[in-house]
Amino acid sequence: MSFLDELRSILGPQGLISSPEETRTYECDGLTNFRVMPLAVVLPTSTEQVQAVIRVCHRERIPFVARGSGTGLSGGALPVNNGIVISLARMNQILEVDLANHRIVVEPGVINLNVTGRVAPAGYFYAPDPSSQSVCSIGGNVAENAGGAHCLKYGFTTTHVLALEVVLPDGTLAHFGSKTLDAPGYDLAGVFVGSEGTLGVATKITLRIMKRPECVQTLLAAFNSTNEAGAAVSDIIAAGMLPAAMEMMDNLAIQAAEAAVHANYPNCGGLLLVEIDGPVAEVDTLIAQVSAICRENGATEIRVAQTEEERAVVWKGRKAAFASVGRISPNYIVQDGVIPRTALPKILDEIERLGRESGLRVANVFHAGDGNLHPLVMYDRRIAGQEKAAEKLSERILELCIEMGGSITGEHGVGEEKKHMMGKMFAEPDLATMQRLRCSFDPLALANPTKVFPTPRLCGETPGEYQPHPLEIAGIAERF
Amino acid sequence: MRIVEPQSAEEAAEILRCANEDGASVIPRGGGTKSDWGNPPRRTAVMLSTANLNRVIEHAWADLTVTVEAGCTIAELQRTLAQHGQRLAVDPLWPEKATVGGVLSTNDTGVLRLRYGGLRDLIIGVTLALADGTLAKSGGKVVKNVAGYDLSKLVTGAFGTLGVITGATFRLHPLPKHTHTVTAAVPDLGAMQQLLNKILDAQLVPAAVQVRVGAGAPQIDVLFEGTEEGIYAQVDRLREMTPFTENDAEVFQRLDAGAKISVLPARIAETLEGLDGYAVVEATGIGWVQSPHLPQMREKIEGMGGSLVLLRPITGLDAWGNTAGGDALPLMHAIKQRFDPRGILNPGVFVGGI
Repeated sequence: MSFLDELRSILGPQGLISSPEETRTYECDGLTNFRVMPLAVVLPTSTEQVQAVIRVCHRERIPFVARGSGTGLSGGALPVNNGIVISLARMNQILEVDLANHRIVVEPGVINLNVTGRVAPAGYFYAPDPSSQSVCSIGGNVAENAGGAHCLKYGFTTTHVLALEVVLPDGTLAHFGSKTLDAPGYDLAGVFVGSEGTLGVATKITLRIMKRPECVQTLLAAFNSTNEAGAAVSDIIAAGMLPAAMEMMDNLAIQAAEAAVHANYPNCGGLLLVEIDGPVAEVDTLIAQVSAICRENGATEIRVAQTEEERAVVWKGRKAAFASVGRISPNYIVQDGVIPRTALPKILDEIERLGRESGLRVANVFHAGDGNLHPLVMYDRRIAGQEKAAEKLSERILELCIEMGGSITGEHGVGEEKKHMMGKMFAEPDLATMQRLRCSFDPLALANPTKVFPTPRLCGETPGEYQPHPLEIAGIAERF
Repeated sequence: MRIVEPQSAEEAAEILRCANEDGASVIPRGGGTKSDWGNPPRRTAVMLSTANLNRVIEHAWADLTVTVEAGCTIAELQRTLAQHGQRLAVDPLWPEKATVGGVLSTNDTGVLRLRYGGLRDLIIGVTLALADGTLAKSGGKVVKNVAGYDLSKLVTGAFGTLGVITGATFRLHPLPKHTHTVTAAVPDLGAMQQLLNKILDAQLVPAAVQVRVGAGAPQIDVLFEGTEEGIYAQVDRLREMTPFTENDAEVFQRLDAGAKISVLPARIAETLEGLDGYAVVEATGIGWVQSPHLPQMREKIEGMGGSLVLLRPITGLDAWGNTAGGDALPLMHAIKQRFDPRGILNPGVFVGGI
């Protein structure tokens, strides 16, 4: 039986896509300037099917790339040459809701927003909220350790993943973590979240859900410049507050948002959104403090959204910011750098200077509380040399992030796009140590093998599970 | 056993490299407060103390982060952070002696975890000396960072079996402006569980909640932090449930116990039936237990999908339990094999003989 026939026999005719017309849908993810045609796409509906597929891949040495909704922005779900794509889209069931213990068990294809949707009637929510939350899947969120606007207070996906069922790259099934905290053993759930599909495929995910805060208020403040808005952010932090979210947009990003969704933002140099949640009495006090701080830092207009509808309007422009840039520029690159928050004015000055030098416009949207920048570098592909210039500029921005003590990615992942930057952020021993981890999961380098690290490396020793000798366990002999 | 006290991370790595060449077992040591946690090491040739790696390298207070060497005590770190009104939001045992490296390796977060997350959620970067002398970093100095594998989480709670933590970077929280502790006594375990469920299902945001069970009526303690207005409003809400009286924050003093348990929050009462001793269980389901019936309790808890880890050895019992590691144990061995192929680091201390 050929490889494809064997896959068909595992998945049935509906579960395998191999004609080029159909597989083309899967040639890229949200980062569309990288494209690779997969050998085939499989659409399993159960853990057993995922295992069976990966066992065949392992035997035949065929690499595989797991894919959720394909909204990733770093090429993490980009197919690899002569490899297959495992789409988890059909594994989209919510398996168990345990309100008393604040847990929910889902399959990887469940859409992020549907988790909250399921528990909202009981007053609960799932905290990580990437901008794509209405379409992105939990499996993809796990692979990328997705963040969102509210991770300043609530943490990232990794904070909310308690347990995972994972198909390892040889097809065996393993369970990481537990519904209870601190399960004895290495924190493999912690290691797996954010590993960008390089350590296996998650087939079942236990998440923590949280009780909705009693009250949420969002303050919108207009400043003449991002520097003023940034100073307000510093003062809010210095005052000992930890808002649920602090988001900033510069003038170009505001213009784009206005053009796209008419968010009715004030036309200003720097817009700040501060969201505070918690008990009513506390939120009222803190919002008043934040207002005062914004005024002291030169805010020209302050609005406070108190109802769910008002908040939705305030957030609309921010959540649509990336897509909005398409209204004011034919093409653009979304970047995802991180700096220590205090370096914000410095890097914004630098970005502006670099933009001027290369003749390109850069809109800036950032999670101001944690220093995560999303510069949107605009260009026109039809103008010779602009695409290259834009790529160069966005890479230079990431280098600046590294120089300022930050990171090349806060939430989008390294994927295909930024793997060549890893050597700039980490030293060789750091990468070699990460490689040890990868080799212990995937000695044959089959799981998304060309991503994250700059050069594909093979694992030195021949694999084979280490089995402790009974004498070792008894403490009689020690292995050397 | 020889004791070595390296002056730098590089020196620690060099010591490990030499020990590895000789096949000499190395026992990493911080403050030595929890040396009897885990199974006893199969062999002990060298004790590598982080006593001299005790500096706070950088408290970037405006960025709410700190980079600190592994041998710095928790109390010393907190004193430094307090100068700028901040803290690492953990409350481990014996803070005056316990070190950053030791607390990370034993994963001892404490009762603030309910609100602020565990050590795994607070650590954002780590420097690690591996058995072969490699000095490696993962993560960084910024709170939000997904570049590369998160080795900080791999070594948090790994009991020094994969490498010696020489330094770490954490995200910080502001010290609370106001704090308030209240306590309610409840007639029995059933009432205790009911009240606990009610508190956790209310829209309250306590910094910590714990139950204390022993002789006499079970007690529930709740710690609030934040604005005065917010605290009073929340205490009023609690008092609508049952009479809560003001208490001293001292009730959250950590308990030096024989075992650490982890169970589902809604099954705490069930777990503690027939305790015949004393227990403090946090609302996260993590608890500290003193009881003559630990073996029976372990059977019950493991049957419920939880764990009971011995903190003081009992002859014939593995510290980690009968189900520790589960079907991921072979993978854990594979990781150990890649990080410490000669098995020199704390041999036998961890799960499954690792």
